[in-house]
Amino acid sequence: MTRAAALGLCALVLLALPWIIGNEFYVNMASQVLIYALFALSINMMLGYGGMVSLGHAAYLGIAGYACILATLAGYNQLAAALFAIAVSTATAAFFGVLSLRAPGLGFVMITLALGQIVWGIAYRANDLTGGDNGIRHPARPLPFGIDIRDAPSFYYFTLAVFAGALFCIWRFARSPFGASVMGTRDQPRRMRMLGHHVWLVRWVTFVMAGFWASVASVLYVYYNLFLSPHAISLQQSAEILLMAILGGASTLTGPIVGAAIITLVKNVVSTYVERWNTLLGVIFVVVIVFMPYGLVPGCRQLWQRLATRVSGRGTKGAGATAPGRAQ
Amino acid sequence: MSTPALELAHLDKRFGGLPATRDVSLTVMPGERRLIIGPNGAGKTTLFNLITGDLSADGGSARLFGQELLRMATQDRVHLGLARTYQILTLFPRERLIHNVVLALLGLDRRRWNPWSILASSRDLYAAARAALDRVGLGESADRIVSETSYGERRRLELAMALAQKPRLLLLDEPLAGLSQGERQTVRSLLDGIPRDVTIVMIEHDMDTALAFAERITVLHYGEVIVEGTRAEVVADPRTREVYLGD
Repeated sequence: MTRAAALGLCALVLLALPWIIGNEFYVNMASQVLIYALFALSINMMLGYGGMVSLGHAAYLGIAGYACILATLAGYNQLAAALFAIAVSTATAAFFGVLSLRAPGLGFVMITLALGQIVWGIAYRANDLTGGDNGIRHPARPLPFGIDIRDAPSFYYFTLAVFAGALFCIWRFARSPFGASVMGTRDQPRRMRMLGHHVWLVRWVTFVMAGFWASVASVLYVYYNLFLSPHAISLQQSAEILLMAILGGASTLTGPIVGAAIITLVKNVVSTYVERWNTLLGVIFVVVIVFMPYGLVPGCRQLWQRLATRVSGRGTKGAGATAPGRAQ
Repeated sequence: MSTPALELAHLDKRFGGLPATRDVSLTVMPGERRLIIGPNGAGKTTLFNLITGDLSADGGSARLFGQELLRMATQDRVHLGLARTYQILTLFPRERLIHNVVLALLGLDRRRWNPWSILASSRDLYAAARAALDRVGLGESADRIVSETSYGERRRLELAMALAQKPRLLLLDEPLAGLSQGERQTVRSLLDGIPRDVTIVMIEHDMDTALAFAERITVLHYGEVIVEGTRAEVVADPRTREVYLGD
C-alpha cells in the first residue's frame, strides 16, 4: 500500500468514525484522543525534533484555558476569546523559552518543571480569578460559522478539522528547512553553530511554536470539557503528554498520535475494567521502551521491515534499522 | 598592503590555572597557506576553537579581514566567511551525505528560517550540495547514510561541507588524521585544488604533506608561538627540532 493510499484510508476512517462507533461515549473519546494527540504533537516538536525535554507543557493548558474562559465570561465573543487565549499563551511560551533555554539538558527540564508548577500554583491559589481548586466553568461551546457543535459527532468533526490543520502544519514544519535546522541543532549543536545556524534562536522559535500548538489544543480541551481546574494543569498532565510522545515514538509524526490514543484509551476505557489501570499503563510503557526503545511507531516499522526482508529472502544488513532521530 | 585574512594579537586562554594559549600573535595574509604545528597539548586546536568561538578567549584580539571576532557569536563569524573542519569528525551520522551538505548551505541561506516550504523541493540547494560532493569525489555516494561510509569518505564530507560555504578563511584541523596512504593522496589533491581566494590555516602532523602544502609555518609549544617563518626557516630553526621535529 502506498503512503498516499494509507493516508486516504486513515482520513476515510476518521471521517466515518462517528458512524463506525455509533456510541456517543466513544465518539467523545475520539475527540479527546485528537486533543491529546495535538498536545503530544506539540511537545514532540520540542522533544522529538528539537531534543528539548519539557515537564511544563501543561502550563499552556492553564494559561490558554483560563484566558479563554475568563475572556468569554468577560463578554468577548468566542472567536475573540479563543484568539486572545492563544495569543497570551504563545506570548507566555516566548517568555518561558527565554528563561528555560538559559540552561541546557537537565537544567532545562528543571526550569520547565518549575514554570509549570508556578502556573499550577497560581491557578490553585488565585481563587477569585480561577476558582481555585473548584475550577471554573466555560459557558458554552462556540458556534463556528453558525454550526452547532454541542453534540458529540459535531464536536468530533470540529476537533478533527482543527487537528488536521495542525497536523498538516506540523508535517510541513518537520520537512521544512527550519525543521532540518531544528533536527540539526538536536544532533550536533556545536557543528550547527559552525555552519552558521543560530542554535539558541532555532530552539527558541521551536519552543514558541510548540507553545502555540499546545495553546490551540488547550482551547479545544476547554471546549470539550467546558471546565478547567488546577488538576488539569498539574505535573501529572505534563508528564502524561510527554509519555504520549515517547511511547508512540518521538521524532516521528505519527508516534505521538499513537501514544495519545493508547494513553487516553487506557485512562478512560480500560480503567472501567481494570482497577489498577495506572500500573497497567506503567507496564505498557516499560515493555514498549524495553523492546522498542524508540517507541511504538519506529519499533513496529522496524519489525515490519525485518519481516518483509525475511519473507522476500533478500535481507540486507541493517535494512530494517529505522533511524531514531530522523523525521518519519 | 592588503588587510590580513586573519590577525591574532596577544590571544590568551587559561583552563583554571593551566594556560592553553599565551600571548599568541600571528598574521595570515589573504590566499596564504599557513601550517600550525606543535606537540600534543601545544594549544593548536584550542587556538582554532578561540578563532571560531567554540571557546571564549580570556584576552587579546582576533580579526577576520579586519573585523573583530571575539565579541561575536560563532554563527556570525561563519557568516563573515569562516569555516572549519574538526579533528574529531562532527557530522550528522544518521543523515545522508547530501543532507549534511545541505545543512551547511542552509546555514548561510535565509531559507533556514522557513518552517513551511518543503526542503526536498529546494532544487538549487540540492544541486549545489551535489556539486560540493562531486568536488570531493563523493557525488556517487550522495544518497548514502553517513554512518555507512568509510572514515576517509567522512573526512572528505567534512571538507565538502566547509567548501560548500565558499569560505574566505578555512581552518583545517588535521584533515589527514586516520587516513590510509591512498586516502591521504586524495585529500592532498583536494587541498591543492582549493582556489587561492580561500585562505587556509591547517593543523597537521603528517609533515610530508604539511610542509609541501604550507608557505609559512607557526610552531606552538605550551600555548606560545616559539617559531614562525617560511618552511626553510622553521625547519632549520633548532627550537623546532627540539620541541617537535626531533633530530
